[in-house]
Amino acid sequence: MADIKTRLRAYWTLIKSLQTGLLLITGLAAYLSARCPVTTWETLLAVAGSLFLAISGSTVLNMVYDRDIDAKMQRACHRPLPSGRVTVREALILGLTLSIAGVGWALWLSPLYGAVVFAGLFCDVVVYTIWLKRRTPYSIILGGLSGGMPALAGRALAVNEIDAIGLLLALAVLLWIPTHIMTYNIKYADDYRRARVPTFPAAYGIRATRAIITLSSVGAAIAVTLAALNVGMDWGYLRLLGVLTGGLLVLAIASMWRPSERLNFGLFKYASVYMLSSMLLLAARAF
Amino acid sequence: MRRMTLWDRVGLLATGLLAAYQIVVGVEGTSQLATWLYTLAFGVLLIAGLLLIIFGFEVLDSSLVVIVAALIPLSLSVALVFDHAPALGIGYAIFALLGLLAIALTRYAATKTIATMTLAFVHAVAALVIVGLPLVLVARGNAEWGLVLVAIGGALIGIGGLLLAFLKTGKPLVSRDVILTILPALLLVMTAAFVIGLAIR
Repeated sequence: MADIKTRLRAYWTLIKSLQTGLLLITGLAAYLSARCPVTTWETLLAVAGSLFLAISGSTVLNMVYDRDIDAKMQRACHRPLPSGRVTVREALILGLTLSIAGVGWALWLSPLYGAVVFAGLFCDVVVYTIWLKRRTPYSIILGGLSGGMPALAGRALAVNEIDAIGLLLALAVLLWIPTHIMTYNIKYADDYRRARVPTFPAAYGIRATRAIITLSSVGAAIAVTLAALNVGMDWGYLRLLGVLTGGLLVLAIASMWRPSERLNFGLFKYASVYMLSSMLLLAARAF
Repeated sequence: MRRMTLWDRVGLLATGLLAAYQIVVGVEGTSQLATWLYTLAFGVLLIAGLLLIIFGFEVLDSSLVVIVAALIPLSLSVALVFDHAPALGIGYAIFALLGLLAIALTRYAATKTIATMTLAFVHAVAALVIVGLPLVLVARGNAEWGLVLVAIGGALIGIGGLLLAFLKTGKPLVSRDVILTILPALLLVMTAAFVIGLAIR
């Protein structure tokens, strides 16, 4: 029993539960943004299940491929694969099983939804992780693109087409991802140098990277606000979104004006809270 | 500097959630201008709670804090005046705007004593309005008893504002540790009083 618990705990670490959770919420919020009677509880649960499996699967497959660079990074060397708590074969089987189950379930729900979920998984594992991550710092754009796919997929399932709102929500996540990755690039610069992973701060300097983080945070806020306006969000929710956006803009301006690691990391944390809150607001209007 | 505890974070999060709720539901039967002013006040409370959770109590060392914190009592008091004594609305709004400008200017271009006195004066007037106006209205039977809670919130915001103001100017009324220990609870009780009071006024 203790062994199973230890195993499950290691698997939980492999799927990066916080990141997976946030991406899952973007997908659910995008689905719920279409509102009842389009959305139903049965489909909502199916979206949650299929997205959870697909996102977790792609994350595990990334961990399998990146185990060599994780082993060289202080921040990541304790993860289950480099530390030997989970074997490569075991993780590969887990990742493939989760991915196939997730994409299969998604395709069964709707071919369009399944195709978008598959595109996200393919972009993340093959294009971002295997092809570009070790070659160019611009790989994060593809990383961002795959991060935006759950939102696009959720919306596509609800309205049965790729619409402007889905694209805006995906764009918001796409623009949020660089704030996440680049903040870690700055904070753990030595780790990335040791692992020979090309990053923006290494290529263009910290100042330019901070400017990009700020601009992409603002871009994400604009995309979310436009999506909320297009969705027809209630006035009260819009007021709250406006306040949260104001807070993000103030922090973004402050981090441009007086850049510091602390402020930069604070902006990254706030941007994550902002993304979570705005998605919850989009979801809340469905009830 | 006192480190933030889990309970501090829980208190600040609850304050933020209450402020967010108030922003979403708004205040029934109020003008659009007053709605924006209430949104500004509760918005600053919400963002302040989030920033305190993210950055810790160190964020209070920023010189902007005094100016931004003044927005809470000023916008709340202006909203209350527009709602319940509209004849005085424009005049009081001009005072609030000038008060905010004076706080900002004296922060950067005056001695500490003048900055403190300006801040204390503007905060005191705003707090008196938030405390006094609801009490007068309830006493005259022009408002529901719930508005008394707004007065209590006003008293708390006055205490909090003055404690922080004197702390920022280097002449704390009580020790920094005591202020930081009571601050999250003070903000939570104050916000709860405003939210309940505005709902049953």
